[in-house]
Amino acid sequence: MIFQTGGYVNKNSEYLIERENKQYEVIIGLEVHAQVTSESKLFSQSSTKFGAEPNTQVSLVDAAFPGMLPVINEFCIEQAIKTGIGLKAKINKKSVFDRKNYFYADLPQGYQISQYKYPIVGEGKVILDMPNGQKEIGIERLHLEQDAGKSIHDIDPNNTLVDLNRSGVALMEIVSKPDLRSPDEVNVYIKKLRSIMRYLGTCDGNMQEGSLRADVNVSVRLKGETEFGTRCEIKNVNSIKFMQMAIISEANRQIDLLEEGKDIDQETRLFDTKRNETRSMRSKEDAHDYRYFPDPDLLPLEISQELIEKIKSDIPELPDEKKKRFIDKFNLSPYEATILVSDIETSNFFEEVIKNSDVKLATNWITGELFAVLNEKNLEISQSPVSAKNLSKLINLIKDGTISGKIAKTVFEQMIDGDQDPLIIVKEKGLKQESDPKAIEELINKVIENNSDKVAEYKSGKDKLFGFFVGQAMKESKGKGNPQLINKILKEKLNG
Amino acid sequence: MSDITSQSLFELTSNIKEKKLSSGEITKAFIDRAEKSKKLNVYVTDNFEKAIDQSKKFDSNPNFDLKLPGIPIAVKDLFCTNGVRTTAGSKILNNFVPTYESTVTQNLWSQGAILLGKLNCDEFAMGSSNETSFFGNVQNPVGENLVPGGSSGGSSAAVAANLTPVTIGTDTGGSIRQPASFTGTVGLKPTYGSCSRYGIVAFASSLDQAGPMTKNVRDCSMLLEVISSFDQKDSTSIDYKRNNYSKELSKDIKGKKIGIPKEYRVDNMPDEIEQLWKNGISYAKDCGAEIIDISLPHTNYALPTYYIVAPAEASSNLARYDGVKYGFRSPGQNLIEMYEKTRSEGFGDEVKRRIMIGTYVLSSGYYDAYYLKAQKVRQLIKKDFDDAFSKVDAILTPSTPSSAFKIGEKTNDPVSMYLNDIFTVPINLAGLPGISIPAGKDKNNYPLGLQVIGKPFDEQNILNISYALEDKINFKNDISDWWLRE
Repeated sequence: MIFQTGGYVNKNSEYLIERENKQYEVIIGLEVHAQVTSESKLFSQSSTKFGAEPNTQVSLVDAAFPGMLPVINEFCIEQAIKTGIGLKAKINKKSVFDRKNYFYADLPQGYQISQYKYPIVGEGKVILDMPNGQKEIGIERLHLEQDAGKSIHDIDPNNTLVDLNRSGVALMEIVSKPDLRSPDEVNVYIKKLRSIMRYLGTCDGNMQEGSLRADVNVSVRLKGETEFGTRCEIKNVNSIKFMQMAIISEANRQIDLLEEGKDIDQETRLFDTKRNETRSMRSKEDAHDYRYFPDPDLLPLEISQELIEKIKSDIPELPDEKKKRFIDKFNLSPYEATILVSDIETSNFFEEVIKNSDVKLATNWITGELFAVLNEKNLEISQSPVSAKNLSKLINLIKDGTISGKIAKTVFEQMIDGDQDPLIIVKEKGLKQESDPKAIEELINKVIENNSDKVAEYKSGKDKLFGFFVGQAMKESKGKGNPQLINKILKEKLNG
Repeated sequence: MSDITSQSLFELTSNIKEKKLSSGEITKAFIDRAEKSKKLNVYVTDNFEKAIDQSKKFDSNPNFDLKLPGIPIAVKDLFCTNGVRTTAGSKILNNFVPTYESTVTQNLWSQGAILLGKLNCDEFAMGSSNETSFFGNVQNPVGENLVPGGSSGGSSAAVAANLTPVTIGTDTGGSIRQPASFTGTVGLKPTYGSCSRYGIVAFASSLDQAGPMTKNVRDCSMLLEVISSFDQKDSTSIDYKRNNYSKELSKDIKGKKIGIPKEYRVDNMPDEIEQLWKNGISYAKDCGAEIIDISLPHTNYALPTYYIVAPAEASSNLARYDGVKYGFRSPGQNLIEMYEKTRSEGFGDEVKRRIMIGTYVLSSGYYDAYYLKAQKVRQLIKKDFDDAFSKVDAILTPSTPSSAFKIGEKTNDPVSMYLNDIFTVPINLAGLPGISIPAGKDKNNYPLGLQVIGKPFDEQNILNISYALEDKINFKNDISDWWLRE
């Protein structure tokens, strides 16, 4: 297991941190900020495209000019509802946009429009596939809010520069219940959440571009204790690896304090990735008073049952359902199915391949050879060097005996280079499997002739030598001999 | 034909359409008078040169189908005007030139009107005397050293002094109706949602509403017809069928039921206001209206409710003036110091007072006791009106508890200043239309106004009632042009 350092997993699969015969449990809750996939911002028509020149995607509304008013982007509302449905959550027919007031240079309005008391989505759940079985993580709520701009401190030595391109971009804040218990569960949770949103097309989940970030709440307690300990919130962590590191470091810090008989202060902390430690950002006493109140520029958001039904009818098959179908219909193992449905692109690729080829072989080839190549080249399946069409052709060549599995691997290596057609490779290189019994018999005769000493040893009882003859025959056929046929004829010859 | 600047909007448009006057002549007349009227301090920024050009352009290719054909109009400096400085009466926007146009002013220009300039107002529309403006107080043409009311004080003074045929103001708690009352002019605050708030510098978003300020009721109906429109850029704008207010204007109010709320008889109300109200009631009867006593039981709570809700919204609306993006900036060693210096130097006392009140009532621990409770009371006030309007078609009250007061008289007593709005704020809290018309004078010969309050979207009805009353009252403003220098 990765990142289980700092603690250990007991026989009941519980992640615990030990100190002098005392076992501590780690309680984790996540507030995930997921950027809504949308052409334009939550309350303005500016583009949300990533990577544009600073301050080129900023409207008068985003820059909070006098007299400018927010107008809700209905598409973002639909995206939030869609996500809520994907999280099996309650969609609130009435929700309210509030102003969260604070001053910062990259917050042009002096407030962020968010949802405080009445979020658009209520309680839901996410199912995690853990090695020891499934675990349900509760979702507390999902609400919509505006992103802030970006302050850049390291370009000009005397000034902070502000880029407002991100200002006003729609975010979904997805708040989990404190149901997570280990860095591993956090990893699986984030990946599952990301997978669901990518299936739905509501968030691209691109962590490098900041489309998915999280505030991590961590507390610890002695195993067996039922009350929660005092929690600390680690702000704005932008990769799963850093989340896991931050949790381990923060949990151990808290345990050290408890062991020293000290109290844990409820506070907001930042994770320093270089030092692998969290440090205090502000204490509870210094916590901002955000003075939330309903935004008078926006009416309460009312959602009709019709809209919910319409969105529901457009919801694609989600990972959990797809997994069940893969198991039931294709007879995959739960493990194989979990891997294949984890990402919408992967499952689409798989389904494309099996349209015209064998399921079992396809499963093995995708989770084996293809994943190895993708891993090695650090590619997403959408960038796969081998297309689903050509992979299914290769699988058919194996299935109908044109080539052996071993030859197929050679062919596959060549296919990677520019998605070549396996039929052409097999033809050009003359890799077609030799399945003519006469031809096989001929080359086996040759092997027997050349190795009469070994034949004698075999006949005197050295059964293990059979493999040697297979190898020799395969070599004689330049690897193209049909393995089943070689086996069969060899047995007849040697045992006859 | 009478002097150009003393003509009503109706007369001016008729004269233009009949080619008796050109836009150029009219525009020049108002500019000439403005040049001689600087003592009133109505203009923050004039647009005279461009206005002359535009009037010539209109005259060279006139379109008489428009509702405001070549009519020069000055507007309150709270409306953002493309390319023309917009200050909201504040130092913090002293150098701000918008690149966009408010929907309401755009509606004026689309109907042929020409921008004369930007009129003085209380800073961010916070005030009842125009004394909080960074650009100095405005003189009421009614009498020297009298306040013109506020916050649309430059607007009311400009109409009363014949410096613009009509104007538009904004009304958050009485900022159109109270200055209209103080200057013997007509001012209407439309139903919340009637006029777009897009491009109007926000004070309190749930209360702000633009409206016409004119010499008479007919002009008021003409201007409302132009500025009221549904606007998708304002989420609180309401899509409903608007009347042809001027076309449907009628003095026939026979059988209309007019309510008289007993709670508006406040303590220490001057006798002359009481008398004014009585006169109004008897005029309404003369016109065939039926007078019905009604009760609005939560009236007493309106002012405290208003002074929680409005500052709360203002404290948040004004957070954007931070020196970062536009407007005034006072440099500092770091961000916090820059904020503090910019906002300390950029805002005046009244604005700071309201930001502090607003911040306080929204703070954790006080939110429930103040803001939340105020919102609940606001609902009760609204319900009072709903109940009343099940019995009556309109409500008649005085516009203000007094006539115009002296400049400086109330500047050190914010609460007595706030009391000016006692009859006007309930209407904003309930989102209703209300109009103030000149109805008489006090012992000093200063104008006094009566207010007619209507059901939501029932502007036509209160315009008609006002039109009928105006005829009976036959008010004549007694303005001596004392400020003119030759």
